[in-house]
Amino acid sequence: MAGLELLSDQGYRLDGRKATEVRKVQARMGVFAQADGSAYLEQGNTKALAVVYGPHEMRGSRSRTLHDRAVINCQYSMATFSTAERKRRPHGDRKSTEMSLHLKQTFEAAVMTQLYPRSQIDIYVKILQSDGGNYSVCVNAATLAVIDAGIPMRDYVCACTVGFVDETPLADLCYAEESGGVSSLALALLPRGGQIALLQMDARLHQDHLEALIEAAMIACKGVSKVLDEVVRQHLQEVSMLTAE
Amino acid sequence: MAADMRLPTIRKPVSVSTFERKDLVVPGDVITSDTGYMRGHGTYVDEEKLTASVAGEVQRVDKLICVRPLKTRFNGEVGDVVVGRVTEVQQKRWKVETNSRLDSVLLLSSVNLPGGELRRRSAEDELTMREYLQEGDLISAEVQSVFADGALSLHTRSLKYGKLGQGVLVQLSPSLIKRQKTHFHNLPCGASIILGNNGFVWLNPTPENQEEDAGGFYTSLEPVNLSDREVISRLRNCLLALAAHKVLLYDTSVLYCYESSLQHQVKDILKPEVMEEIVMLTQQKLLEQEG
Repeated sequence: MAGLELLSDQGYRLDGRKATEVRKVQARMGVFAQADGSAYLEQGNTKALAVVYGPHEMRGSRSRTLHDRAVINCQYSMATFSTAERKRRPHGDRKSTEMSLHLKQTFEAAVMTQLYPRSQIDIYVKILQSDGGNYSVCVNAATLAVIDAGIPMRDYVCACTVGFVDETPLADLCYAEESGGVSSLALALLPRGGQIALLQMDARLHQDHLEALIEAAMIACKGVSKVLDEVVRQHLQEVSMLTAE
Repeated sequence: MAADMRLPTIRKPVSVSTFERKDLVVPGDVITSDTGYMRGHGTYVDEEKLTASVAGEVQRVDKLICVRPLKTRFNGEVGDVVVGRVTEVQQKRWKVETNSRLDSVLLLSSVNLPGGELRRRSAEDELTMREYLQEGDLISAEVQSVFADGALSLHTRSLKYGKLGQGVLVQLSPSLIKRQKTHFHNLPCGASIILGNNGFVWLNPTPENQEEDAGGFYTSLEPVNLSDREVISRLRNCLLALAAHKVLLYDTSVLYCYESSLQHQVKDILKPEVMEEIVMLTQQKLLEQEG
């Protein structure tokens, strides 16, 4: 911690945000021509690229085929240049395997897999620049890519991390805050119905505070979902304009 | 070799006019809470409300409501012409990748084997299947039926279908292909085009003796001369240009685009500004022809 003041007396954070403020989200859909769906998303300084292939025939191990729904295959990776120190990240290390699994669970809750028996949907996400909240940025980018691919979903999935400092929940932590020893929680939400797709916390927190933290995360997720909604609608208008001509 | 390099430029914002379309929905949007409607593709019922599950335009046919996404994989219908690649040889069948959500099936009994219509298929044929079509081969075929799980069954029981020889495959979005009476065209510029409904487009030099080698499993390995190759490369780049600007593909649009591109070198067609110019010219010609 070393005396890093995460929340000033005036209620401002290290990067000048208020406690409940989410970083600026910018996104674009359909960045690749060859993939079925793709999206690029920036949340503050964290940048992610998501690509979706499918639904298609099972490739690789046939034994994983499910006869009543599609299999979702997620792969999370980080670019070598994504963090402050350059580091080769071998494929399939423990951290990224865990992240891939979380992404898979999140999207199995949202995508209507039962419509595509015996097929496979691939979601590949790459972090290009990492500044905290990698999981949530990946989920947000992948949501846009899945929508771009025309795969049916119950609703958007939006994710956000929330930390707990000085009795106050801080929305959307950046790297400096994440590494400052804050107990944080990641939440993926289907915003319209308020269903939680994934809730992850691996820090200690008094249970009295949990409710407030989840509440703050849900509000932040709904904020993100508004931005994503705007991006999708804008994209729809643009593409349908082109095809109408 | 001189390479053409350029710096990144700012993407021009597409001017979305004041006229906003109201029939566009995103996943989670409630289309109607009236229970009198039927649920079609791209929708689901949540707490008695008909909700969209994909982003796209709403289509209503009487009481049936569907949402058609702007971009999807190929949803085959009986009679569609497809171009596909053989991925697997199994017993009595080939598996063909056709940009569909499951690999399509081509049964040994639904191909024309050399030796005429009425030939019996023996166990020997089953063993020599790989001689006709092996993994990686490209074929053109027609959709014969659709299975319950959405997989397609193909047939090549006509002389125009069969294995594809020398040519170029262009993979585009299925929604860009215009449905027409015929998807096989011999363009006057000296090349043939197969516009597969699944978004796979095949370009090849027009064969000289059309009756002789059509529909068979014989593929010519004669070198294709330079002028033919140039025509095909130009057509390929034209297809990519049209696809980038989301222009529907059919024989006339491809031909007009080809004509508009003649003043440029083949490799220049892919430059964004040239692309835009060519597509504008094409659209103008198409409008003139219509009006």
